[in-house]
Amino acid sequence: MTFDRPASAPQDLPTGAPVNMSRRRFLIGTTTATAGALVLGFGIPTKARAQAANMAPGTRVPAFLEIRPDNTVRFLSPFVEGGQGIYTAMAQIVGEELDADPSSFVVESAPAGTDYLVVGGSMRITGGSMSVRTSYDTMRKLGALARAMLLEAAAARLDVPVSELTTEPGHVVHAASGRTVTYGEIADAALDLEVPDPESITLKDPADFRWIRQPVERLDVYEKSTGKAVYSIDTKVDGMVHAAVQHAPRLGLTVGSIVNEAEVAAMPGVISIHTLPGAVAVVSERWWTARRAVESLNVEWNEPGADADPTARYMPADFSTAAFAERLANETGEGMDAENEGDVAAAFAEAETTLEATYHSQYVNHGQLEPPSTTARFNEDGSLDVWMPNQAPEQFQGAIARMTGLEASQINIHSPMLGGFFGRHFLYPHANPYPQAIQLAKETGRPVKLIWSREEEFLRDPLRPMAAVRFKGALDSTGMPVALEAISATEGPTEGIWGRNPESVDGTAVEGLSGKSYGIPNHRIAQVYVENPTMLAYWRSVGNSMNDFLYESFLDELGDTGGQDPFEMRMKLLEGNTRLQTLLQSVADLSGGWKRGPFEAEDGTMRARGIAMASPFGSHTAAIAEVSIDRGEVKVHDIWQAIDPGSIVNPAIIEAQVNSAVALGLSQVLLEESVYENGMPKARNFDMYPILSPDRMPRVHVKIVESGAPMGGIGEPGLPAVPPAVANAVSTLTGQRIRSMPLSKYTFES
Amino acid sequence: MQLTINNETYDIDADGETPLLWVIRDNLGMTGTKYGCGVAQCGACSVLVDGVVTRSCVTPIEVVEGSQITTIEAIESDPVGKRVVEKWVEHQVPQCGYCQSGQVMAATSLLKETAKPTEEDIEYAMLNLCRCGTYNFISAAIHDLAGGEGDAQ
Ligand code: FES
Ligand code: FES
Repeated sequence: MTFDRPASAPQDLPTGAPVNMSRRRFLIGTTTATAGALVLGFGIPTKARAQAANMAPGTRVPAFLEIRPDNTVRFLSPFVEGGQGIYTAMAQIVGEELDADPSSFVVESAPAGTDYLVVGGSMRITGGSMSVRTSYDTMRKLGALARAMLLEAAAARLDVPVSELTTEPGHVVHAASGRTVTYGEIADAALDLEVPDPESITLKDPADFRWIRQPVERLDVYEKSTGKAVYSIDTKVDGMVHAAVQHAPRLGLTVGSIVNEAEVAAMPGVISIHTLPGAVAVVSERWWTARRAVESLNVEWNEPGADADPTARYMPADFSTAAFAERLANETGEGMDAENEGDVAAAFAEAETTLEATYHSQYVNHGQLEPPSTTARFNEDGSLDVWMPNQAPEQFQGAIARMTGLEASQINIHSPMLGGFFGRHFLYPHANPYPQAIQLAKETGRPVKLIWSREEEFLRDPLRPMAAVRFKGALDSTGMPVALEAISATEGPTEGIWGRNPESVDGTAVEGLSGKSYGIPNHRIAQVYVENPTMLAYWRSVGNSMNDFLYESFLDELGDTGGQDPFEMRMKLLEGNTRLQTLLQSVADLSGGWKRGPFEAEDGTMRARGIAMASPFGSHTAAIAEVSIDRGEVKVHDIWQAIDPGSIVNPAIIEAQVNSAVALGLSQVLLEESVYENGMPKARNFDMYPILSPDRMPRVHVKIVESGAPMGGIGEPGLPAVPPAVANAVSTLTGQRIRSMPLSKYTFES
Repeated sequence: MQLTINNETYDIDADGETPLLWVIRDNLGMTGTKYGCGVAQCGACSVLVDGVVTRSCVTPIEVVEGSQITTIEAIESDPVGKRVVEKWVEHQVPQCGYCQSGQVMAATSLLKETAKPTEEDIEYAMLNLCRCGTYNFISAAIHDLAGGEGDAQ
């Protein structure tokens, strides 16, 4: 036991019972089971189990749903909740076809397992803004299958043919006799039935939707407003000890010797000191004690020797982002084509006016507010439980199996609520705490909770890539763009994490330069690969997070050279594309009609507006920003954004997600840059790495346009159009071209 | 050392310099109060000390001995805190939720001190960071609370 008792009025404090597994009433009666067993014991009835072997992911109803006698629906979500509202969206989609009110759902993250590989029937991650759009049909079908099983059970109970039964939310109705049964009364019998053939199921007519497309309230808001939501960092298990680490100041260094080990070992509360790959750790009964001790360790770090892992990255002592930016800008290669249409060379040769400019993007940190942590516990039966923030349970399970030699089936991955993610919690080499926590649990023989301090997180957080893009544009005699070339010197996150395929361009390096819908007849988008010494990562909206800034800002620059209005030019470039012209018009209308400025606002400040578009993750967006300069700094007053995700599930969540993406986009363009000098990040906390604060948040106006096109993503698409809209507004207002972020590096006159 | 937290007195076995945050989270097992930065930058660790919002990550326990400490776990026992929570739910403020214990604490502290805060009061008091960008939703909830939905008590 690691808890102090109250001096007066003793009360029961948490004991390390499986608090992470559920937070709501109906599990209270089942807490004699271990945390892992709660999931495993998730009613797998006989017939369904016999069926399980050959069932497609997302169809084995009892793996997902449990309906309690009180009609509460417990649902295991294939996707992890981190603020994007996925638990609620899943409840809406499943509830719609099940005919159960989403508010009666209690949702938790599913464990690792093939049943949950509902993205294309073969994998799942919580990322790429793909959860709803890739699983929408499967999840509707799952709800419908469950409803069919309930109907069958009700028919048996009431002794009437299934054809005479209908449902109302939460119960089955036999209209002829006026009898009803609640789902809860027949759920046990229903979930014991064989799951019907998914092909035999007819889904609802969307015209009859009760909850999909409605602003259904999110399920976790009360818990999150009262501190009751449980994140990885809050994990408690019996007998747990705490650990803190000190990482090598540069990636690739190894522990040489710990100079003052004996002295630190004698500090009160220190249980043990450990040497890990590229780090040292202290284990204690208290995290604060562990942290103080580990930071007192005086470690001599070694440069990597002959035995160094050749796949691991090494950060040289002379690396600086300033020099690296220069190097990227000086890459002269033509690169490998991502897109090449028309005759770019001929178009440039013929053009009257051409323009060249080099644009830059910067490294940025994730800065999710919950620092990474992992709790690891080896069980008596040889199995291992791991609680950690993660966006991909099976990937972590596989990596842990390789690391420990355990079978995947012996590794229970728990995926608690994420305190923000933005791409931070994928499987990244050297950037997740789980290998350290597992090693420490092994070495101490006790469950270990390891938390990375914010400073250690800034040291190992993998970064959104830097790029230098050489743009070239050509204008026709009317001043309209006819050719555009963009050669990006960069390394994409995907090739950075998983290894490079020298035969092809990393799509995540160039997306946002590529995939544009503008009718520029001759265009070439290419990548020059330049390896980074840093670890790279996905960051909200991935390549689009930087590339739309780069492209859309250069497009404005090109337009200015040709005397084009940015809005009119885009309209013309989208001729024949009704969907995007409608979207562009929508954002203009939302803002009260396009006006570029500079103009004088009512408060006497001079302001201007900028516009930009993006097409990330199957959705399309258009944004307008209004800015002024206040005491030398850019102030953003309003962001108007129109988003067309094709079709929608929850408009309130979309509005919240667009607000959130706007905030992160603004944070990037106004403030953020991870600067390295001497191989080390200058910022180790938010004091040196400012993120958007409340006083910088503009008003955000959102317009959802449902074109009816195939469903696109929501979590990320609201970001990419924001930085260029702001940059373009600033260029208009100040006459100064913005070719890099963040704007805090520029000097403006008020 | 003894600390009074949520009207409960606890004997604490920890060094006087230990930050209140870690005593609340680890010694007492109350994890509603969050660790975000540890250096008074983010506000995730906000608690009330004698009714005033305080960043517990930089508050040594020895300086709050004898004070009344309130954490998010007891926020609904406070009439102002209860109204704040209600409005947080009504305006669907949280996203990931990680900063929201601190946001609710900051709002409660503000409204306990000033039932009808001005725009400036709000800007001055609501400084906590939110990486999910819920600022406009926080602002809507606060303005709702400040604007005649019943006085703070
Ligand atoms: S954790 Fe205390 S202010 Fe950030
Ligand atoms: S809601 Fe995620 S940090 Fe504020």
